[in-house]
Amino acid sequence: MLVQLSHPHRQVEIKGPKRTKELLRELNLVMEAHLVIRGDELVTEDEILADADQIEIRPVISGGT
Amino acid sequence: MNCTKCPTSTRAVIGLPRHNAAFCKACFTTFVHEQVARAIKAFKMFTPEDRILVAVSGGKDSLALWHILLALGYRADALYVNLGIGAYSEESHRKVRHYADTVAASHGAKLLVHVVEQEAGAGIRELATILHRPTCSTCGTIKRYQFNRAAVEQEYDVMATGHNLDDEAARLLGNVLHWQNDYLDKQSPTLPASVEGFAKKVKPLCRLSEREIAAYAVVNRIDYIVEECPMAKGSKMILYKEVLNRLETESPGTKQRFYWGFLDKQTTPAPATESMAEKDQRTLAPCDTCGQPTTAGTCSYCKMMAKAKTAAQPRA
Repeated sequence: MLVQLSHPHRQVEIKGPKRTKELLRELNLVMEAHLVIRGDELVTEDEILADADQIEIRPVISGGT
Repeated sequence: MNCTKCPTSTRAVIGLPRHNAAFCKACFTTFVHEQVARAIKAFKMFTPEDRILVAVSGGKDSLALWHILLALGYRADALYVNLGIGAYSEESHRKVRHYADTVAASHGAKLLVHVVEQEAGAGIRELATILHRPTCSTCGTIKRYQFNRAAVEQEYDVMATGHNLDDEAARLLGNVLHWQNDYLDKQSPTLPASVEGFAKKVKPLCRLSEREIAAYAVVNRIDYIVEECPMAKGSKMILYKEVLNRLETESPGTKQRFYWGFLDKQTTPAPATESMAEKDQRTLAPCDTCGQPTTAGTCSYCKMMAKAKTAAQPRA
């Protein structure tokens, strides 16, 4: 599956099928700090993502001062 | 994972371990609105008659806040401060303008804009360089000043910011790590207009995590700027948030207990204090076996050793 990441903006190819939480673990990312979006819909951590899916992993942490 | 609230168990779009719940789109939107309504009521933030000025940046928190307040029927306008950070400011300004035109206008809400460069002659990066100050600190001072000035001059009853549970927990961690007691007093979700010239300030998103607000924005198709401010890279706040998120992952509810516990202690009057020595003198007496101080008749060491001796004796 094609996975889009931010900070910095990049794309990686990951072999599916795979559960959302396994995908995040493989990329060393914490669920609490990210949203996983398939197409334009949010998915939960137990959702199985297929090879054909377009996935965006969106960071949610922001902050300056 | 199915929605834990729907009687028909619709497929969930988000799991919330700290609430031991999962929600579909509709129930999640309701959950977020309820959390904001509870914060508004608990901290006496404003009434439906009040005029609210929302500080918007183009990011998820402030645009979600504006969206929620309008959805709940409040009279909320917004102010955007264009900081002059090149393409980042252009993009965030465009997002705010788009939301104002396509959503807020239909609620009769308006967008005010302040451009730093027009008043100061330079953007904040240049100002920070001239002043030899960190950019984030310069930015914070400018935004606080401009938001307060607009709220007071244009006679809004209250100014609302999009600070969320993660912001407040991270700020609390930083303040506690450095024992900045003066700042602890300013962490309340409602700060009164203490003197003439100060607007009342509120944080209606203080019960919601950063992830929940981002999810709300996605579910409700709010087009916000995902890119992080280029000036915020390596900030202490982001480090504190990462540490807290590690703890949250291991023990869901940590951030909430940390910040809400602090607020409870702030609002609950402290009981009459008793020194540690006074408490010890009141509660401790010599162990009836060894004589060392204990709260029980026999101390826990003597009990443990007696039990070990009994267990170790060969059976007859």
